[in-house]
Amino acid sequence: MKIFSNIGKTICNLILLLVFFFPFYWMLSTAFKTLGETMTFPPALFPANPQWENFLHVIEVIPFGHYLINSCITTIAVVVLQMFTTIPAAYAFSQYDFKGKPLLFGLTLITMMIPAQLVFMPLFILFSQFNMINTYASLILPFAGSAFGIFLLRQRFNQVPKELLEAARLDKASELKIIWKIFLPLSRPVLVTLALLTFIGKWNDYFWPLVLTTNDTVRTLPMGIVTMTNAESGTPYHLLMAGNVLISIPIIVIYLFAHKHIIKAFTYMGDK
Amino acid sequence: MKKKFLSIGKPYLLIAPAMAAFLLFSIYPVMSMVQLSLFDWNMISPEKDFIGLANYQKLFYDEDFRQTLLNTAVFTVFSVLGDIGLGLLIALYLKKNTLVNRIMQSVIFAPYIISLASISLLWMWLMNPDYGLLNAALEALHIPGINWLGSPQYAMLSVILICVWKSVGYDAMILLAALQSVPENLYEAAALDRASWWRKLTKVTLPMISPTLFFLTIVETIASFNVFETIQILTRGGPQNSTDTIVFSLYQYGFKFYRIGYASTIGVVLMIIMTLFTIVYFVLLSKRVHYQ
Repeated sequence: MKIFSNIGKTICNLILLLVFFFPFYWMLSTAFKTLGETMTFPPALFPANPQWENFLHVIEVIPFGHYLINSCITTIAVVVLQMFTTIPAAYAFSQYDFKGKPLLFGLTLITMMIPAQLVFMPLFILFSQFNMINTYASLILPFAGSAFGIFLLRQRFNQVPKELLEAARLDKASELKIIWKIFLPLSRPVLVTLALLTFIGKWNDYFWPLVLTTNDTVRTLPMGIVTMTNAESGTPYHLLMAGNVLISIPIIVIYLFAHKHIIKAFTYMGDK
Repeated sequence: MKKKFLSIGKPYLLIAPAMAAFLLFSIYPVMSMVQLSLFDWNMISPEKDFIGLANYQKLFYDEDFRQTLLNTAVFTVFSVLGDIGLGLLIALYLKKNTLVNRIMQSVIFAPYIISLASISLLWMWLMNPDYGLLNAALEALHIPGINWLGSPQYAMLSVILICVWKSVGYDAMILLAALQSVPENLYEAAALDRASWWRKLTKVTLPMISPTLFFLTIVETIASFNVFETIQILTRGGPQNSTDTIVFSLYQYGFKFYRIGYASTIGVVLMIIMTLFTIVYFVLLSKRVHYQ
């Protein structure tokens, strides 16, 4: 009996691997094939001669370096900016009582329900009125506030022991010092989680560059890779997959090191 | 005196940057869209024509929009069912905390954190009618190949498959956490009653995880209503409007035909639909869901 259930389990696992992992293997395998090899049927499982040049070709066919710099600038800027808006707001919601607090906290939570797909057109109009289309600011500012971040960090701040705060106040520590020396070190896991979520979300972002840019000046990698599908001589799938591999590498590296942490971070809301 | 004012004003100062961001980039655009839906405007001309509710009237009789609504509804129903149904199966299967199961969890979750643009391109390749892996697999089974994304009868199904593939790991992981928090003594009691596997699932497991199921239903429904990137990259609403969804037509009217008023009207209708769904879910939630 045990053997049968083990065999059943192995078969199930193999099916799951086939469905969820094999597509990624196919992406990697295609990235090393020649254009000719992508046009044979049935396709070969392995590339005959791994074409490392494909990755160089991607960098030549599209201004890869330019997109990469834009991706780095916008991603890092958003991560830093969100910290600047989220930490003080979470601290105020956690440690202060003030008029309108429930209302403002409610407003914060409501913004979680307003998707980007709903608001992009008025924002495009707004940015174009200020001549901000095709600027970094237009790709960074819509991400300035993070309702989820405030929500998560406020919860952590609420758990900071009162005795610790009283002791610090007796020592006449300034508020800034209390935040810096007590609140932030105690919340390090939450801060790392938020930074990871923001990094992954912004690095992968295809939507905002699509709707808020009209030329290549500030466009980022995901959009750059997609532009290769418009090649006149047919779609170069080997280059598309090589590009996909390149832009997925940072995410996959982070995932390999912190998959447990990342799954937990992404599924946090649902666990409640 | 000055110090007192500062300490009253301080919390407001602290939340000001975040609130400014929310007002400017979430609340303002929604208001602005409601206002724009009452005008006829092409984004370029300096003046907007006020036309009252004419856009809404036109939208009501617009057959293309009806098709769009239907497509979005089909997409939403099947992707939500697929995400939660398959997610639940996977979660039940991987419930036991073993090394192999943990590795499988990481593998199944991986598509969720890769860019939707990359995932779309990958599946464009896998579903390529001439040289794609899927048709090669069908060929090996002596089944004729399918024009996955290029035929009206299969395009929507293909888009749904891709979206479920990408996000089912998310639902599975959330359901897994919910399953693991069901108290073990409930199962022990059920075992004493010699309850069957099916009875345990329907009488213990599902009621206990119903808050999570409701949460996922809301989240996935709203996400599905807003499906866009996959459509924009893979089918552009075609063939023959078979994958034209609400947000894609909003995008087309806004950025391709420059009919800002009409596009805004579509946005407002989408917002109303989402709000209604959220309210219905919460009413149902307060009535039906079992809490511990």
